[in-house]
Amino acid sequence: MRKLGSKTLSILGRLLASKGSALALIFLVSITLAAIFADFLPLNPVAQKLANALKGPSATNWFGTDELGRDILARVIFGARTSLVTAGGAVAIAALVGVPIGLVAGFFGGWRDAALMRFVDVLLALPAILFAMAMIAVLGRSQAAALIAVGLTGIPSFARITRAQVLTLRKRDFVTAVEAFGGTATYNMFRTILPNSWSPIFVQVVVLCSVAILLEAALSFLGVGVPPPTPSWGEMLRTGKSYLHEAPYYAVLPGIVLTLTILSFDVLGRALADLLEGRRDAVIAPKAEEVTS
Amino acid sequence: MVDPVLSVRGLKVDFGGEGRSVPVVRGVDFDVYPNEVLCIVGESGSGKSVTSLAVTGLLSETARVHGSIRLCGIDVTTADPETLRQMRGRDVGFIFQDPTTTLNPVLTVGRQITEGEVAHGRLKKSGAHARAAELLREVDIADPEGRAGQYPHQFSGGMRQRAVIAMAMAGQPKLIIADEPTTALDVTVQAQVLAVLARRQAEMGSAVILITHDLGVVAEVANRVAVMYGGRIVETAPVAEIFANPRHPYTRALLRSIPRIDTSDSRLDPIPGQPPIPGALPKGCAFQPRCAVGRDQPLCKAEDPALVAVGDQRQSACHFAGALPAEAIAAEPRILAASAAKHEPLLVVDGLRVHFPVKTGVLRRTTGWVKAVDGVSLSVNPGETVSLVGESGCGKTTTGRAIMGLVRATGGSIHFGGQSIRDLDHGTMRKARRQMQYVFQDPYASLNPVLSVEDIVAEPLRIHGLYDEMGGARRIAELFDMVGLSRTMLGRYPSEFSGGQKQRIGIARALALQPKLLILDEPVAALDVSIQAQVINLLQDLQRELGLAYLFIAHNLSVVRHVSDRVAVMYLGRIVEESSRDGLYELPVHPYTQSLLSAAPVPDPAVRDTRRRIVLEGEIPNPASPPSGCTFHPRCFRATEICSANAPSFDRYLDFATRTACHHAGPLEGRRNVFASGAMEIAS
Repeated sequence: MRKLGSKTLSILGRLLASKGSALALIFLVSITLAAIFADFLPLNPVAQKLANALKGPSATNWFGTDELGRDILARVIFGARTSLVTAGGAVAIAALVGVPIGLVAGFFGGWRDAALMRFVDVLLALPAILFAMAMIAVLGRSQAAALIAVGLTGIPSFARITRAQVLTLRKRDFVTAVEAFGGTATYNMFRTILPNSWSPIFVQVVVLCSVAILLEAALSFLGVGVPPPTPSWGEMLRTGKSYLHEAPYYAVLPGIVLTLTILSFDVLGRALADLLEGRRDAVIAPKAEEVTS
Repeated sequence: MVDPVLSVRGLKVDFGGEGRSVPVVRGVDFDVYPNEVLCIVGESGSGKSVTSLAVTGLLSETARVHGSIRLCGIDVTTADPETLRQMRGRDVGFIFQDPTTTLNPVLTVGRQITEGEVAHGRLKKSGAHARAAELLREVDIADPEGRAGQYPHQFSGGMRQRAVIAMAMAGQPKLIIADEPTTALDVTVQAQVLAVLARRQAEMGSAVILITHDLGVVAEVANRVAVMYGGRIVETAPVAEIFANPRHPYTRALLRSIPRIDTSDSRLDPIPGQPPIPGALPKGCAFQPRCAVGRDQPLCKAEDPALVAVGDQRQSACHFAGALPAEAIAAEPRILAASAAKHEPLLVVDGLRVHFPVKTGVLRRTTGWVKAVDGVSLSVNPGETVSLVGESGCGKTTTGRAIMGLVRATGGSIHFGGQSIRDLDHGTMRKARRQMQYVFQDPYASLNPVLSVEDIVAEPLRIHGLYDEMGGARRIAELFDMVGLSRTMLGRYPSEFSGGQKQRIGIARALALQPKLLILDEPVAALDVSIQAQVINLLQDLQRELGLAYLFIAHNLSVVRHVSDRVAVMYLGRIVEESSRDGLYELPVHPYTQSLLSAAPVPDPAVRDTRRRIVLEGEIPNPASPPSGCTFHPRCFRATEICSANAPSFDRYLDFATRTACHHAGPLEGRRNVFASGAMEIAS
């Protein structure tokens, strides 16, 4: 374990050595901390002060106020909580379902591979946003529904990346060696192959976070995401759009935070791919435009 | 005296950035004269390949080259890129190790071998095809006109390497650089390729630098030898002198550490320790920590000896070159395993078949079978070493894996300790596997990189739930002692070990469950020459102490002769001859065994002119469509009509212990021993 710790530290050190990934990491850490400790900040995202509606940024309201006089900064910070929880949950679902699918498909091959990967192809063939909207239509509009819907669209990338990894490891001698001294297939999959596949899977987690945040925002923007009054970035963009003329900061400032978050995850993902696997453009992820189109 | 083609003085090559530069070549001087073959011998990391790239200016940007290199009158270190390009096209030919990657797969072979001449304006495009055919004919490729229009994947490995030779020789270069040209080839094909290379070199009078680690090849082709160690030449001398009377302790130790096909049972005398890593060289003489003469001598520790003349045409870089003790103590004889014929055989394989389906088309219909193993019968007694020898693709590894249950057998029976172990269910197979373990060829690929070596060795015990029962951490430490690794290494990861150490870990893991039989799949083939002897000795010691039986799978006939009690020779999925070790090596009766033995290079230049080789024609056929009758008949020098019609049965030869499958079995005419006598019958 000590060894693992020192390895993690050295990767962290090398991430911080590059300006881009250091900034990305700092931004993500601060926004995560803000979201976690939002309750302790002197901010209230739901307190309305109608007399104070649509006021520009000021000393009391750094990001200004919305049409109901609520503090936009408070709503951005509490919105981060919504975004990060949805994205984190969705990626967890995608990984927990996708990785075992990839493992089994790659390890056994044959009919299991064909069946599982066709299921994955079906998921991949449906446009993510339509699929998520259909899921929400069935499940009803709630944060859990948004989380599950976004999670399901992330399954294919995990399944494919894991399967590709298993296929390269499957015929390696150290996997055959475990078979030779009597290890079961399950043992080989989870104890030999999986620990050797962590790097690409971990990179995929980071990259998929950005995709999930964007997809969650898009759902809220379309009015099918997390229901109000829970603050969410997509929701703010949607309402802010109507006031673009008289209060441009209303949509622009949350938009900037959203963009920076996604950008940071992306930068971090690419940097990790470089560090852990020594290659660029290694990431299989649905591109942002595919998600929003 | 003629001027040298290539003259190198004070060559130094450093890699790496500021502050942590790694010296890979540290001051090399040598000359190569026309019509001379200079062999550069060394282990991995000795700087031999980097030297050859440096002399032609082919090193990457990150390398810093110092010293002077004069090639055909051009100073390579100062020449501009265009002059170098012209020079490389005109004066130098290259032959690399792997012919599959040297040739461009999307161009026809004919176009590639004439490309250089066309690009340098010495050949018109219209004449290229005829020229290509002419070049291919010169390297003995049948149907050269047709072959010139084919692509590399339609050529076999040996033919590709001959095409590469044709390409290298096309411009009649003054210097040919061949970097391990036959290492990727089988022994019978190696013999063909070396013969072609030697003939073309003699016809054109070129100078050749041949880089190799195989002392047998050196003895076979070299005129002069330069031995490299730790980035320097430590000894150079005419080939006969190097082998007869080495004047550097490293050369001498190297010669004593290799198993020889033509000698006996003396235990190998390995060089202790590991080859040095460039960048972490010992102070003083780089060989000092491993040297029998200079170890811990204050002079050797303090000062790196210069390469100085120690006689006519020979140089040595050793403080004690003039005063080497005559010949060290004779190596102790190898202890042969006690005869175990009275015991029940441990492993009995009868008529084993492994056929893989060939599936083609959209519907994946089975259209044929690759008969990887086609009726192999053998037995292994307790405490005995049985070797399976053959060239690549003969099915020896598949046989081992099928016995281990890693590949499904499609026919025949496998009995271990009296019990059938073919097609067992998982639980029973697991129990059987406790008795039988596998050691892999490639120590780099067979250890899980994310586990510590302690966990790797403990893994079989944990899987069988025996970790605590068999003594836990204490048992692992014992296993480390057994294979000669320090207990302080327990917590490290595989990437921190050298190849030889990794193979020891692989052996410790195989021994963890106290098996009775080890299947060793080319266990030393991936190791450096000086490390091979250490591992072979370790295997022999373990066998004696633990009474292990070995099924030893190998292609190296010298190693096999050294370790085996009995030997079986495989060709195209079948055993063609099986006998006691001495029976097989001294009186081979199957023509394939005879040619295999005659093709193996012997590290003794004295026999190269007297010994005649049987150079087989062609290469191993595709096992998906084997020839009719005896599968060896298209290449056999004794084949008659009956051979193409009927497959011979595998029977006892006369009243000898040997069993063989041949219609015309018999010793080579008038010769009892391939190696004891001079000339041999020539392949007809």
